Amino acid sequence: MSGARIAEILAAQPPPVSPWRRWRHQYGLAALGGTIVLGWIIVALAAQALAPWAPNAVEVTARLRPPSTLHMMGTDELGRDVLSRLIFGARISLITGIVVVTIGAFIGTVLGGIAAYAGGLIEEAIMRLTDLVLCFPPIILALAIGAALGIGTTNTITAMLVVWWPKFARLSRSLVLQQRSLEYVEAALVAGYGPGRILWRHIMPNSVGPLIVLVTLDVGNAIIIFAGLSFLGLGVVPPTAEWGSMISEGRELVAQWWVASFPGFAILSIVLGFNFLGDGVRDWLDPRSRRQ
Amino acid sequence: MTDQRPVVLEVDDLRTWFFTDQGIARAVDGVSFSIREGETVGIVGESGCGKSVTALSVMRLLEESARIVSGTIRFRGRDVIAMRPAELRAMRGGDVAMVFQDPMTSLNPVIRIARQLSESMTIHGQSGATAASRGINLLGSMGIASPERAMTGYPHQFSGGMRQRVVLAMGMSNEPALLLADEPTTALDVTIQAQILDLLGDLNRDFGTAIVLISHDLGVIATICARVIVMYAGEIVEQGPTVEILANPRHPYTWALLNARPGLDTDRGDRRLTTVEGMPPDPLSQPPGCRFAARCPFRQPVCDDHPPLLDAGPERLARCWLAGEEPFERQARRSPDAAAEFVPAATPIMEVKGLVKHFHLRGGLLARSHIVRAVDGVDLTIERGEIMGVVGESGCGKSTFARTLLRLFKPDSGSIRFDGQEIATASAATMRPLRRRLQMIFQNPYASLNPRMTVEAILAEPLRYHGLATNAAETRRRIDELLGLVGLGAGARERYPHEFSGGQRQRISIARALAVEPDFIVADEPISALDVNIQAQIVNLMIDLRERFGLTYLFIAHDLAVVRHICDRIMVLHLGQVAEIAPADDLFTAPLHPYTRYLISAQPALHGPERGTDRLKLTGEPANAIDPPSGCRFHTRCPIARKVCADAVPPLRLLRPRHEVACHFPGEFA
Repeated sequence: MSGARIAEILAAQPPPVSPWRRWRHQYGLAALGGTIVLGWIIVALAAQALAPWAPNAVEVTARLRPPSTLHMMGTDELGRDVLSRLIFGARISLITGIVVVTIGAFIGTVLGGIAAYAGGLIEEAIMRLTDLVLCFPPIILALAIGAALGIGTTNTITAMLVVWWPKFARLSRSLVLQQRSLEYVEAALVAGYGPGRILWRHIMPNSVGPLIVLVTLDVGNAIIIFAGLSFLGLGVVPPTAEWGSMISEGRELVAQWWVASFPGFAILSIVLGFNFLGDGVRDWLDPRSRRQ
Repeated sequence: MTDQRPVVLEVDDLRTWFFTDQGIARAVDGVSFSIREGETVGIVGESGCGKSVTALSVMRLLEESARIVSGTIRFRGRDVIAMRPAELRAMRGGDVAMVFQDPMTSLNPVIRIARQLSESMTIHGQSGATAASRGINLLGSMGIASPERAMTGYPHQFSGGMRQRVVLAMGMSNEPALLLADEPTTALDVTIQAQILDLLGDLNRDFGTAIVLISHDLGVIATICARVIVMYAGEIVEQGPTVEILANPRHPYTWALLNARPGLDTDRGDRRLTTVEGMPPDPLSQPPGCRFAARCPFRQPVCDDHPPLLDAGPERLARCWLAGEEPFERQARRSPDAAAEFVPAATPIMEVKGLVKHFHLRGGLLARSHIVRAVDGVDLTIERGEIMGVVGESGCGKSTFARTLLRLFKPDSGSIRFDGQEIATASAATMRPLRRRLQMIFQNPYASLNPRMTVEAILAEPLRYHGLATNAAETRRRIDELLGLVGLGAGARERYPHEFSGGQRQRISIARALAVEPDFIVADEPISALDVNIQAQIVNLMIDLRERFGLTYLFIAHDLAVVRHICDRIMVLHLGQVAEIAPADDLFTAPLHPYTRYLISAQPALHGPERGTDRLKLTGEPANAIDPPSGCRFHTRCPIARKVCADAVPPLRLLRPRHEVACHFPGEFA
């Protein structure tokens, strides 16, 4: 009786999953995210070749035209081609997003790692400084610093960096603290390695997973904040094309939806792309979750 | 005589398989047994043999990927597999209770004991008022000193042993007919383990509850179980009365389990333990013949056929074609130089005097800060080539002591002379060249290897860092040599730690320690996370390496049988202070400190449950190292304590050759 039942259950089992399906299950979304990000990078690099019009070419006779074959995403109040501006805007958004997050993450990770490993007064000093920065709402603080420094991409990036590093410092400190108590770190101490080697060669590679996830997830966030600052009038110097300032320009144009919507979709797509990519990177980085 | 009591639980041809991406893992593959009312049955086997999955199948608490593909489970005649969710919930916690391994996580940390305990009763139909009063009675009968106060507490206010008592109280709250205890004492100290095992025995006697005790340790099972079931690779390989199985195992696997375990009362002779090499078969592809055949020292051609459970005497079954044959002999030793017992040189390598290490626990802004007196004045001399054992309950300071010796901690006072050189106050720069000579093997093989480095990188780093190999070819040659020394093939080089089993990881950890050609190795509970047979393999490896390289070990363990077996001398630590230091045999045959007597007595030994009653019972919990008792720190738990014990600290005195003890009345407690 049991033999027949086992045969029945085995027959009812789905056939073994093919490696391709398993890969798709594990990394499918990440691949989609990667494709979106890669697509935008290509668009940004090849902007000159892809854009049908010059991004800042004003055409007063063709103001606020709806999408057509001539202007596939319509034109704005000054008669500039929205598609061309979108394509050129990808450059600013990608560069600011990636620059702010990578530099911010680097500074934060280093400071947080040192704080956790050194302990004592150094830790107090670094962590109270992060608390100080985190007290302020990030946009307001970045806005204040940016306003003090003046309009311009570099100044806005600097302002954003000031508010950007503390979250990485906090995360990296807690990750290092967690790893520090594990026996392999003690084994490294027993082997006589110096603090720098233990921190960078042993602890950091094991802590970097969540940090990389935060980095990839955060690029989208940085793009949004930068767009927000541009929307508020900081960021890029007009008439430079930038997604946030494009939305800002289109915000009161309800009937002419194309002016603000297309840059909005662009931001949405790149933020999603980086999010999907971040999740995949986390899975891939952990050798334990990688299947043989 | 056959047992006439009615059957409570009957499991017949149970097959619980896990359906994974890689294939079907036959975790439990045709298990049949029955438990009678009031019986005590132990299930023993190494990790992955299916013992826990069997218990979870009975409770129908299996995870999603597991399915019971065939067989029946009957609880008092009712078919458990066919039960609807409401019936199952009534059974769980009502008629059948289960206790898990880790008391630290099996209670909800944010709910008071009273509510957790009464909830288990009100859910099964008792009123709130009776539940509360019964809860107090239950805690009392679990040996909790002031049950009313305990009821109002939160789990974190209790020690591990106390929490396990609370968990047991919850399990017993509805007077279950059957209690499934899955490794209930594995996470506890040996003295607390003895208390909990006694308690289980009392519950069985007083309430008539049938107990199924699952453990990897035959000694634990032998302490209270009248009958034992041995599992291997998803099957029952042997079952029968405990006493008879211990005396005359009829399956080679049981035989191997028994022999891999050093006895407390056996003569040590050669210190190597009998091991069977290899590992259990992959549950994804069980061999068609006898599943133990690949590792079996008694293999015959007939073993290519899968043996059924064969009659092996009255009430005994064994899944072995040789079950009816002659008893298995203890095999001859494999080591060629075993005849020459290694004698340590009489030159000290490590001299410790008055070592003190306190930790300052910072309080909050308004809270008082505390001092934990982890190590509080320890004197010890270790000779070159010696294996020095350190034993004591958790919190006695044994790990802190070892780490202070290696200068992972800076001592507050005292002196440590390593090979004549004072290192207690040495700077990091002075320590660096010495680090190479002082190494450590860790307890948890899952945490002690950097998961992002390959074995090659793990072993190459210390070689290059300390200049012991200067070029790639030499590094490679040394790595292969090290892997060979610890019994791993060169194929291990490219792999990551997570691809290895616990025992193999411990071998990598040992190879890493050996890479720098050390003189002194601290082994902090190196085998306590491993299965019995793997423990024996690691112990043998450590003994071999000592003889080969003249290593000195400081061996920390809580398993006294192992310590006695491999150590030359043993230091007993109690709350940061030395209770006794003596040669291993002397310590076990003639202990002078009452604490040592208790530790030895608490160790589960391999004899039947009826001999468990003559054990000494140490009542109460260890005192606290934050606020240790005055005078002799053991006096609060000591049965022979007098006034002087509370007033004066007993000095460490040499009473017999090489046998020192810190007690006002040494040897009086017998």
